[in-house]
Parts: sequence; C-alpha cells; structure tokens
Amino acid sequence: MKLEFLSKSKNESFSRVVVAAFASQLDPTLEELSDIKTAVSEAVTNAIIHGYEYGEGLITIEASIRENEIEIIVKDSGKGIENIEEAMEPFYTSKPNLERSGMGFTVMETFMDSLVVESKKGEGTVVKMTKQIKKVSDKER
Amino acid sequence: MEIFEDSLIVKLKGELDHHAAEEIRKKIDNYYLANDLVNIILELSELTFMDSSGIGLIMGRYKITSENKGELILVCERESIKKILNMSGLLKMVKLYPRLDLAITNN
Ligand SMILES: Nc1ncnc2c1ncn2[C@@H]1O[C@H](COP(=O)(O)OP(=O)(O)O)[C@@H](O)[C@H]1O
Ligand SMILES: [Mg+2]
Repeated sequence: MKLEFLSKSKNESFSRVVVAAFASQLDPTLEELSDIKTAVSEAVTNAIIHGYEYGEGLITIEASIRENEIEIIVKDSGKGIENIEEAMEPFYTSKPNLERSGMGFTVMETFMDSLVVESKKGEGTVVKMTKQIKKVSDKER
Repeated sequence: MEIFEDSLIVKLKGELDHHAAEEIRKKIDNYYLANDLVNIILELSELTFMDSSGIGLIMGRYKITSENKGELILVCERESIKKILNMSGLLKMVKLYPRLDLAITNN
C-alpha cells in the first residue's frame, strides 16, 4: 500500500490507523498492533515537526508484507538530518523547548525488529522499519 | 479536571499524540497555575494510544510540579501505556499506581 498526505498534525492519527488496518491481515496481537501504530506515529510526527518545520509538505508511507513480516517506509522531503547517529541517541532532541522527549527513534527501535534511517541535509529523510508478526500457532492466546 | 486538596487530578481519554498534546498541556498548566495547586495526578488508564509526545508531556508536568515543590503522580492499569512508560525511564522519577484511590491514599 502507499499513502500520501500533507504534514498536518491532525493526520498523525489517521495515518497510523491506516497502517494498522493494513497490518491486520497478518493477524497480529493487540500488543503487536499497538507497537506498529506507535512506531508509525513517531516517524510521521518527526516528519511533521522536524522535517517540515518551516512549512507543510508531503509525507508518504509505503507498507508491504512478505510472509509474516511487515515493512513500513515513511518518507519526507523536508530539511533532513545532519547527524543521524546523534539524532538516534535516546533523549537527544533538537527541540527541547517544544517538550519533545527525544525518545522517538528509541521507541521505533524497541517496538519494531529493525530500523534504518537515511537522510540528507536539505533533501529529506527516509525511515524504514520491519516487524515480524508471530504466527498464530506460536502465540499464546 | 478535578481538584482534591492541593492536587490537580486530570483524567486523560482517547489518544495522546503530538496533535493532542499541545492543547492538553495548555489546559493542565492554566488550571494548575490559576488555582495555586501543588501536585498533579495524571490518570492514563483510559488512553487508547500514547507515543513519545505523551512522554514529553509527562516530563514537562514533572518539571512544573518540581518547581512548585510538588509531585507528579501517574495512574495507569493499561499494559500498552505502561510499556512505553517503562521504556522511557520515567518511572525512576515518578510514582505509578494502578488506581486513583491508591494514588490518593498513599500520598
Ligand atoms: N524526519 C526528520 N527530519 C528532520 N529531522 C529529524 C527527523 N526525524 C528526526 N529528526 C531529528 O532527530 C531528533 C530525534 O528524534 P526523536 O528521537 O524522534 O526525538 P524528538 O522527536 O522528541 O526530538 C529530532 O529532535 C530531530 O532533530
Ligand atoms: Mg520524535
């Protein structure tokens, strides 16, 4: 699936719900679904408040499923990240005055199985995440 | 929002993300300052969603209550919300109770 929308904060909720609905074909538990929603919300919020801090732009989300794994790619064409390593450190935020916690990337890393961030100053940011959804037979329900 | 002695009790419902956080923060701070309160109790059990913007909101209220020599106390039973609270390290500084009555009788 592919979703494209404007970087308005009211779109945060709808975009994570769309991805969760797409993920539901893998029959995830409520916890797995909540993890995916939270990770998507972090990436989309970052595109809105950091990527497009100087004005609105387009955000795209692509998601695909291979066997029991979902891959989610969140892209913006905003200002980009100069130092990705520093940005991904727990508690690092460039906007402490906005009451950011600096935990966004840490949440994505913890709640998903893999996280790759690519970014170029002035060009934008791509966040790629995957998560394995356990098969029903392996789950205790 | 409710006042109990010198504490502000805030019951949050629905989704706490970056979009919702701004308005909630203003409401809490206005009410807290206008009524000269000391402590804030945040009830999170009825939240259906929270991301790291919620962590930022909680850390911000922790700072404000500390500056007023008060305490910030959390109430939450829901596992999905407790999961992100746990990973944020917040619970090293802030008390968490499963129910509001326990938060009140213990403080
Ligand atoms: N899409 C993005 N575009 C530009 N900068 C970003 C983007 N995502 C993250 N960043 C940078 O990385 C930092 C850390 O992000 P994060 O861990 O989500 O913390 P927070 O959002 O609370 O600041 C941000 O403060 C910002 O400087
Ligand atoms: Mg963030």
